[in-house]
Amino acid sequence: MDNSLAYVRTEDAPKLKPPANLVGVRGWVMANLFPNWPNSLLTIAAGLFAYWVLSHILGWAVFRATWTGENRDACAVEGAGACWPFVKAKFAQWVYGFYPIDQRWRVNICFLVGAATLIPLLMPSAPYKKWNALFLLIGFPLLAFVLLTGGHFSFGFGAFIDVVLPLLAIVAALLPLSVFGIEDGIKSAKLGLILTGLGVVFGVLSYALGLELPAITSAVSTSYLIYVLLLLAGGALGILQVLGAKSLASQSALRAWLIGGAGLFFIAILCKWDFGLEYVETSQWGGLLVTLVVAITGIVFSLPLGILLALGRRSTMPIVKYFSIGFIEIWRGVPLITVLFMASYMLPLFLPPGTNFDKLTRVLIGIALFSSAYMAEVVRGGLQAIPKGQIEAAQALGLPYWNTMNLIVLPQALRIVIPGIVNTFIGLFKDTTLVAVVGLYDLLGIVIAGFADAKWASPQTASTGYFSAAALFWIFCFSMSRYSQYVERRLNTGHKR
Amino acid sequence: MSAVDDTRQAQVSFWNDPKTRSIAVQLIMVVALAAVAYELYVNASANLAKLGKTFGYDFWNKSAGFDINQSLIAYTSSSSYGTAIKVGFLNTLLVAVFGIFFATIIGFTAGIARLSKNWLVAKIATVYVETVRNIPLLLQIFIWYGAVLKPLPGPKQALNVGSFYLSNRGLNMPSPVFEGLAWMGLVGLFGGVIGAILLRRWARARQLATGQPFPYISAGIALIVLMPILGLLLAGWPVTWDVPVLGAFQLSGGATVNPEFIALLIALSVYTGAFIAEIVRAGIQAVSYGQSEAAGALGLRQGLITRLVTVPQAMRIIIPPLASQHLNLTKNSSLAVAIAYPDLVAMGGTVLNQTGKAIEVVLIWMVVYLSLSLITSSFMNWYNSRMKLVER
Repeated sequence: MDNSLAYVRTEDAPKLKPPANLVGVRGWVMANLFPNWPNSLLTIAAGLFAYWVLSHILGWAVFRATWTGENRDACAVEGAGACWPFVKAKFAQWVYGFYPIDQRWRVNICFLVGAATLIPLLMPSAPYKKWNALFLLIGFPLLAFVLLTGGHFSFGFGAFIDVVLPLLAIVAALLPLSVFGIEDGIKSAKLGLILTGLGVVFGVLSYALGLELPAITSAVSTSYLIYVLLLLAGGALGILQVLGAKSLASQSALRAWLIGGAGLFFIAILCKWDFGLEYVETSQWGGLLVTLVVAITGIVFSLPLGILLALGRRSTMPIVKYFSIGFIEIWRGVPLITVLFMASYMLPLFLPPGTNFDKLTRVLIGIALFSSAYMAEVVRGGLQAIPKGQIEAAQALGLPYWNTMNLIVLPQALRIVIPGIVNTFIGLFKDTTLVAVVGLYDLLGIVIAGFADAKWASPQTASTGYFSAAALFWIFCFSMSRYSQYVERRLNTGHKR
Repeated sequence: MSAVDDTRQAQVSFWNDPKTRSIAVQLIMVVALAAVAYELYVNASANLAKLGKTFGYDFWNKSAGFDINQSLIAYTSSSSYGTAIKVGFLNTLLVAVFGIFFATIIGFTAGIARLSKNWLVAKIATVYVETVRNIPLLLQIFIWYGAVLKPLPGPKQALNVGSFYLSNRGLNMPSPVFEGLAWMGLVGLFGGVIGAILLRRWARARQLATGQPFPYISAGIALIVLMPILGLLLAGWPVTWDVPVLGAFQLSGGATVNPEFIALLIALSVYTGAFIAEIVRAGIQAVSYGQSEAAGALGLRQGLITRLVTVPQAMRIIIPPLASQHLNLTKNSSLAVAIAYPDLVAMGGTVLNQTGKAIEVVLIWMVVYLSLSLITSSFMNWYNSRMKLVER
C-alpha cells in the first residue's frame, strides 16, 4: 500500500478529553442548574425559597428549640422554638392513650406480634405466605381483641349454642348435596333432609305462633325437644351419608364442617374464657393504639366485603349487580365525616331497642362499610385486568363459578392490586384522624387533648404537638407508599420497556 | 327413541340450570334485603316512639336561634333551620370553588415542576408532593389554623401590605361598592365572554380555511377583561372601594375573610394540589416521546410542541382523575367542622344537636353530596365520550 500520500492518516487521532463544562461536578451543575438564563434565574429563586423554608424549620425545630425541662417554664420563653420536653412527657400517652399503665404490656404484645407477622408477609422471599396471611387476618385480630379488651365477655353461652348448634346441624344435613351433587344428594339423603326440613318448619312455626324462639338449653319442653331432636337427627344422617362415601370430596367437606364448627366454638370460648386479664373499656384506649385498631379493622373487614362487592358488580344477575353498584356508589359519594356522624348518631336508632354498642364499635362498623366500597373498586380494577380467556379456560375445564374465582381469577387479580390495597390502607390510615371529630382519642385527638394540660401550656406547645403528629403520620404513610411502589415495580418487570 | 329425546336427556337438570340458580340467588337476596329493611324500619320507629320523636322535616321552618359568622345570604339568629342549612351548603360550595381553582393551579405547577430539567425545582416539587400527601388532611387544617393563623398578631399589629391586613381575625381587604349603573359592568362581562367564544369560532374557521392562525387566546382574555371596564366607564365609573381602616382596637370597613375560611382553603388547596401534581406528571409522562419527536421532525418549536401536541394528549389522561380529585376536595371540605367553619356538615351537625333529627339531617347530607358526585361523574362520562380516541 502506498503510504506516501500526505493526507491519509495511518493511526487514530488522539482521544480528546470531553469539554470541562460537560463532565464532573461542574458539568452536572451546568446541565442541571444553570443551562441557560431563565433556568439560572429559576434556580436562584428556588434556592432562595428552599433556604427560607429550611432555615425557618431548622431554626424552630433545632436551633431555637427547648430540649430539656420539666414543665411549661422551660418552653414559655420569648423567642423559643419547639418545645420538645412536652413531646417527651406525653409520648407514652400518644401511643397508649389512657390505657392503664400497668396493663400496657398487653398493647406491647399486640404491637410486637403484629409487627412480627406483618413484616415476613411483606417480604417477598419469606416462606409460608398463606398461613401467615391467615393468621394475620383471623388469628391476630382475635388475639388482639382478647388481649386489648381483656376478654371474659358475659354473653349467655346457652344462647350461643341455641344459635350455632341448629345451624351446624342444618349445614351437616346439607353436606351430602355438596358432596354428591344436588340431584344425587337429594336422592341419597332423602330422610335426613326431610327430618331437617320438618325441624326448621317446626321452629319457624313455633316462633311465628308467638312462642319463644326454640332454645335447647332453657326450660326443655316437649316442643323444644321435638325441634332439637329433628334437627340433630337430620344432621347426623347427613354426616353418616358423607362418611359412608369415603371419597376425596366427602373428606374435604367433612373437614370444612368440622373446622368451621370447632372454630365457632373456639372463638366463643376464647371470648368467654377468663384469662385473668383486667377489663379495659374502649373509652380508655387512645393514641396510636386507636389509630392502628381503626385502620387495621377497617382493612381486615373491608377486604372480604370489597371482594364480594367487586364480584357482585361484575355479576350477570341484575339484582346482585345493581345492589353492588348502589352500595359502592353511595358510600363513595359521601364524605367519611358524615359516615362517622351517621355511625354515632343514626346507627343507634336502627338497632333493636335495648342493644347498644360502644362508640368505638359503631365507628368501626361505619369505617368498615365505607372502606369496603373503596376496596371493591380497587379489586374490580384487578378483576378487569384478568384476560377473559382465563375465565373461559376455567369454564372449559368444567369449573363452577366459585372455583373459577377462588382458584383462577382472584389469586391473579389480588396479586395485581396489592399496591392499590396498600394505597387504600394509607388513605384509611390518614382518615382515622377523623374519628377525633366524633370524640374518640386517636393519635391526633390525643395530641390535641394534651394541649389542654396547664402544666405544659406555652405558645409553642400546639405547634410542637402538631409537628410531631405530622412527623409520626408521615413516617408511617411514607414507608407504606414506598412499599407499594416497590411492589408495583416488582410486578411490573414483565411489562416495562 | 328419537334425536329430540336425546338432546332433552343431555340438557342440564333443573338444579344445575344457571337460570334457575340465578333466579333463586336473586330471590333470596331480595327477601333478605326486604327483611333487613323491614327490621331497620321497625327498630327505627320503635326507637323514635320511645324517644317521643317523629320523622319529618317540620323543623325546617323553625327559628334556629344560633349565629353563623359567615353567610352568603341574609341570615340572623332568628332565621330558620332551613336557612342555616342553605347557608352551610353555600359555604361548602364557596370553599370548594376557590379550593378547586387554587388546587388546580398548584397541582399543575408542581406536576410540571417535578418533570423540570432543573434539578432544584424538580426536587422541591418532589419534596412538596411527598410531604403533603403523607400527612392527614385534618392535621394539615389544624396546622394552618392553630399553628399558622391563630398565632398571628392581633388587628393592631396586623401584617400589612397596602390596604390588605392579615391578623388572627382573618384577612381584611378592600371591597368594591357598586352603585347606580354598575350593572353595565356585568353586561360588559357577558358581552366579553360571548365575544371571546365567537372570536374563537371565527379564528378556527379561518385557520381551517386559509391556514392563517389568529392569537384568539390572548385576544379573548383581553376581551373578557376589557369589556366590563368599558361598560363601567360608559356608565361613568360607579364603583368606589371600601378600604379597611385601622381604628383604636380593630379594623373596620372593607371585606373580612375569616381565618377558618383561609385555613380550610389553604389546607384543601395544598393537599389536593399534591395529588393533582401526581396526576399531571403521570399524564404528561404517558404521552409517548415519539409524539414530541415527530412534532419536532415536522419543524415545530418547543413551545408549540408542548401546547399543540403534548398537552392536548396529556389532558385526555389527566381530566378524569382530575375531576375526581375536585370531587374529593369538595367532600373533604366537610372537615371544616373541625375548625368550626360553617359548612354544610357543620351546620347540619348543629341542627342535629339542637333538634335531635339525626335521620333527617343525615339524609340531607347524603342527598347533597351524592348529587354533587353524580354531577361530577356525569361530566366525566360526557368528557370521556367527547375526548376518547376516534378509531375508524
